[in-house]
Amino acid sequence: MPIDTSAWSRRRILQTSAALGAGLAIPHVFVRNAWSQDKVFCNSPTGSNVVLGFNVPQSGPYADEGADELRAFKLAVQHLNGEGDGGLLKTLKPSSLKGNGILGKKVTFVTGDTQTKSDAARASAKRMIEADKVVMISGGSSSGVAVAVQSLCQDMGVIFMTGLTHSNDTTGKDKRRYGFRHFFNAYMSGVALGPVLAEQYGKDRKAYHLTADYTWGWTQEESMKNATEKEGWKTVQTVRTPLGAGDFSQYLTPVLNSGADVLILNHYGGDMVNSLRQAVNQFDMKNKTVNGKQFEIVVPLISELMAEGAGDAIKGILGTANWDWKLDNEATKTLAKSFGEAYGRPPSQAAQTCYAQTLLYANAVEMAGTFYPPEVIKALEGFEFDGLGNGPTLYRAADHQCFKDVLVVRGKEKPANQFDLLEVVKIVPRETVTYDPSIFGGELGPSEVKGCAA
Amino acid sequence: MSQSVMTSGNRPEKGMGKSPAERTEPTGSGLRGFMRSSGGDYLLLAVFAAAILTMPIWLAPIGAGYPDILQKFAIFGIFALGFNILFGFSGYLSFGHAAFLGVGSYAAVWMFKLLSMNAFPALIFAVLVSGVFALLIGFVSLRRSGIYFSILTLAFAQMSYNLAYSVLTPITNGETGLQVNRSDPRILDQLFGGTSMTVPDIFGVQLQGWAGFYFCAVLLILAFFITMRIKNSTFGLMLFAIKANQTRMSFTGFSTRPYLLTAFVISGMYAGLAGGLLAVTDPLAGAERMQWTASGEVVLMTILGGVGTLLGPVIGAAVIKYLEQIFSSFNEGLLHRAFDFLPTAVQDIVVAIVAPFVGEGWQLTLGLMFMIVVIFLPGGIMEGVGRIARRVRRDKPSDDGAASKAGH
Amino acid sequence: MDAIILQILNGLDKGGAYALIALGLTLIFGTLGVVNFAHGALFMLGAFCAVTFERVLTLSERVRDPSVTFFEAYKEVPYLTIWYGDAGQAIVDWAVPLSIILAIPVMLIVGLAMERGLIRFFYKRSHAEQILVTFGLAIVLQEIVKYFFGANPIPLTAPSALTGSVDLGHWLGLTGISYPLWRIVYFLFSLVVIAAVFAFLQLTTFGMVVRAGMADRETVGLLGINISRKFTIVFGIAAVVAGLAGVMYTPILAPNYHLGMDFLVLSFVVVVVGGMGSLGGAVLAGFLLGILQSFASMTEVKAIVPGIDQIIIYLVAVVVLLVRPRGLLGRKGVMEA
Repeated sequence: MPIDTSAWSRRRILQTSAALGAGLAIPHVFVRNAWSQDKVFCNSPTGSNVVLGFNVPQSGPYADEGADELRAFKLAVQHLNGEGDGGLLKTLKPSSLKGNGILGKKVTFVTGDTQTKSDAARASAKRMIEADKVVMISGGSSSGVAVAVQSLCQDMGVIFMTGLTHSNDTTGKDKRRYGFRHFFNAYMSGVALGPVLAEQYGKDRKAYHLTADYTWGWTQEESMKNATEKEGWKTVQTVRTPLGAGDFSQYLTPVLNSGADVLILNHYGGDMVNSLRQAVNQFDMKNKTVNGKQFEIVVPLISELMAEGAGDAIKGILGTANWDWKLDNEATKTLAKSFGEAYGRPPSQAAQTCYAQTLLYANAVEMAGTFYPPEVIKALEGFEFDGLGNGPTLYRAADHQCFKDVLVVRGKEKPANQFDLLEVVKIVPRETVTYDPSIFGGELGPSEVKGCAA
Repeated sequence: MSQSVMTSGNRPEKGMGKSPAERTEPTGSGLRGFMRSSGGDYLLLAVFAAAILTMPIWLAPIGAGYPDILQKFAIFGIFALGFNILFGFSGYLSFGHAAFLGVGSYAAVWMFKLLSMNAFPALIFAVLVSGVFALLIGFVSLRRSGIYFSILTLAFAQMSYNLAYSVLTPITNGETGLQVNRSDPRILDQLFGGTSMTVPDIFGVQLQGWAGFYFCAVLLILAFFITMRIKNSTFGLMLFAIKANQTRMSFTGFSTRPYLLTAFVISGMYAGLAGGLLAVTDPLAGAERMQWTASGEVVLMTILGGVGTLLGPVIGAAVIKYLEQIFSSFNEGLLHRAFDFLPTAVQDIVVAIVAPFVGEGWQLTLGLMFMIVVIFLPGGIMEGVGRIARRVRRDKPSDDGAASKAGH
Repeated sequence: MDAIILQILNGLDKGGAYALIALGLTLIFGTLGVVNFAHGALFMLGAFCAVTFERVLTLSERVRDPSVTFFEAYKEVPYLTIWYGDAGQAIVDWAVPLSIILAIPVMLIVGLAMERGLIRFFYKRSHAEQILVTFGLAIVLQEIVKYFFGANPIPLTAPSALTGSVDLGHWLGLTGISYPLWRIVYFLFSLVVIAAVFAFLQLTTFGMVVRAGMADRETVGLLGINISRKFTIVFGIAAVVAGLAGVMYTPILAPNYHLGMDFLVLSFVVVVVGGMGSLGGAVLAGFLLGILQSFASMTEVKAIVPGIDQIIIYLVAVVVLLVRPRGLLGRKGVMEA
């Protein structure tokens, strides 16, 4: 709690003077024994409360997505504390959750603004760890932020349950022992989408990629290229576009004359909204015929908020999603109802992943019987569960990536209502999208870390 | 160094920093000017040092008594101090200083990766690299003045940012940011049978948490001392003279460019030091550090605190970082708790009024604050403090008196 | 050949937007001597005039939505459609161009209020302070918009008659040159607005006084003309021009609250390249930079100089400032150093 209205509380004076003393007496402090022996660890919860940190974009282009993530976190906290309708506590299997907080401690939370910038996100996460004493951090809406906060959490010894991050790197070359990802990744998008594209548009296609010029875009492009070429497609051209270019006309004009008959937009957020709208509404690409075939546009990663921003342009566009609120399973219906009643709108996939991550962390702590991170990590690693809306899911121990069904979705031609923007075309089974963890390299690092010194 | 220059230089009649007492002090030769000092300066330095080192205590009640934010206060204090040497003293408004900050960070992280996790080689390299970078950009940009100079620096910084984000990814690791890995070579550490730790240290003391803060704080005090000396030196007087009237300076047959370039490089090196320290306390360097909004931020820090003053930039930096970190973390739950001494109905109204300005709306507060400060307090917070001080003690209207007050 | 023509076309509509924003910016700088960092925010406000207008036209009745079964959901049916059927639908369809009707008075009032309420106190202050106060204002304006409209981009569509693309190559005897209709409309629209501003300044007495004031403010003041009243109106005009640029740009770029910041730096570069205070320069530089930017994005060019499309605008600014500091069409001696 950052502001202390009673000005000088006794505890704070003690804390800070101890901190000051610690700082001045540097050598003494830093020849400390290993933490683990007496299981003293970073921000071990002492009182009757436990604090979680929700680090979401509140300003910048993804602020709305961050707001939806925050709604999900609040709902999850309510449900963990036994308030509201209990949500997915009822459906999660196997579950150790009791609806009385975590290990009997009431769950409270603090929030912070990542601004979708690595620096700001890390500063915010550090505040949560150092000032608010959180035991777990979750949230985020981009891979850059996820990777940056994840490595911080590894150093600090605080578990990080990522929010929306789709880059292969998060659980690939930049994976960390303290980081866990429920969301799917670009590789899975490619594997899931490739066969559907071949089935819908034929095997003899020529693709033109427009790719956001940063790491996520590149992994997405590579994954899509591999997946489509495996189906017999050819890649005519891959063009990098500056992030936040806004107007993509200069990149779109060459497309129709390039001989390509499919445009793959490896864009996300504002870039995706703009490039898709410009391609469909202005350059009228969907009504063009190239090589005797109907010209098609593909957006490998589609989110509801982006679909909303793209308006009519999303209609008929194929892509992938982590989850959809219209899925036909009990957990999904429960969550949609619970969330809808609380906020008057169905949860987005970002919200669902954040809700699931919070519950999964709490459940792992209950399973481990302690907040001590190495034990919690052990409980999460290899955890096989069902009942959070995605069907049977595995938290793979080797890279901390969740494996579950991936949805191939399409922008709905005739939405029945304002929330009905996407339809599920195919549910690609988990076995199909599972891959060998060694293909992306990286190492998880140790589970015993010195953690936040103070 | 000609005497005529000094006579034209020591009569500045206007400027944005409201007449600091030092400006009208008599002349001296370069070296002696630098070495000269007055008792008041040392008092100010002592008060400043004490205030900085005790920040963990006196900032705790407002929720800023934790290491990371105090590190940021110190680091951005250094950044703003350096920026002020250029903008505050000479009046040249650079809109691209974040580039030097970013370059400093990248340089430091590369040292961590290649050489050693020891902070000193990293910081020295960071300062040197940004110094060279500033020399190149300054050499070109200082061919113009006024808003053209601003646009030139802005253009260079934006080019650096855009390239760092995309094409230069092999060097900068683009969006994800450059990080230290266990598998990095670290030649020196290997040589001395070093550890596999990935936390920067000075000879065994890890620079995170409180140790990191005190390290930054000491460097901030050092930077403050040097800035004070520069301000009181002949060189500082030259810069103020340029700010007052560059044309006249030129008419005296005197070339102002070398002085400006020196100031530019020095402030670039300050930025490099700040960038290096960012990497030391948190070994990750991201490209956003170089974006034009980041350059704008240091301008705002300086103006908010008080352009041309010694303490102003440090205070401005702290205020803005405080807003960004603490105000943004308020949510309605916290507000209700903060106002729970009020009756429920009143509490709801107060929370409803305050809510748009905190949490998601922290930038609204920031914007309003800029406007209010610039409209009513063109000299920044320092001017406000000065006004109050003058009202309290009419007999001592000097900025130094005001400044030492602000330190408490 | 077709690729080059297409890139020129791209540059033209992009340049139209740059020129319109830069025109107002340079007008304000030339007459009032003020560096207005809130000008991008005016462009953004214009875009949100269109959003507001569209929202008003589609004011809807909330009806229980039977298709959502998980919770109580409602859908909205515009009153216009309920009352006027197809005619109402057509009005909604033309919302974007029609919102000019709303944007002109709103932006004029915003501009006048800004000048009277804030800017006029800063005529004598330094550029740095002008930048700071207008930057603060820009943040405040965009945060207010965010408060009401959220951060997500809001899709607005061009009238269906003007969506899609036309085959320009048909007239030129070339194939493969089809270009979005709305972008051509935007280009023509920007030409009309630019022409209107020039005509206003060249042909009216008011414009004459303003131009005289731009050349020598003091003398005009000595002649007993109340120049500051005139300049207030100039600020209003600049705001309207930026606002109109924003309104018509919405179908091209889905507006969100920080749209203005994205255009701010760019428009300053345009002004500087054209020459501070030079109206013709702003227009010329706007189109020129638009076209250059398009060419730099071509794969063939990027293959030679990687990343050139990321920096071309700034590179041009640096070169122009070093070689010809007064800009392309700037008068000698203005802001030259």
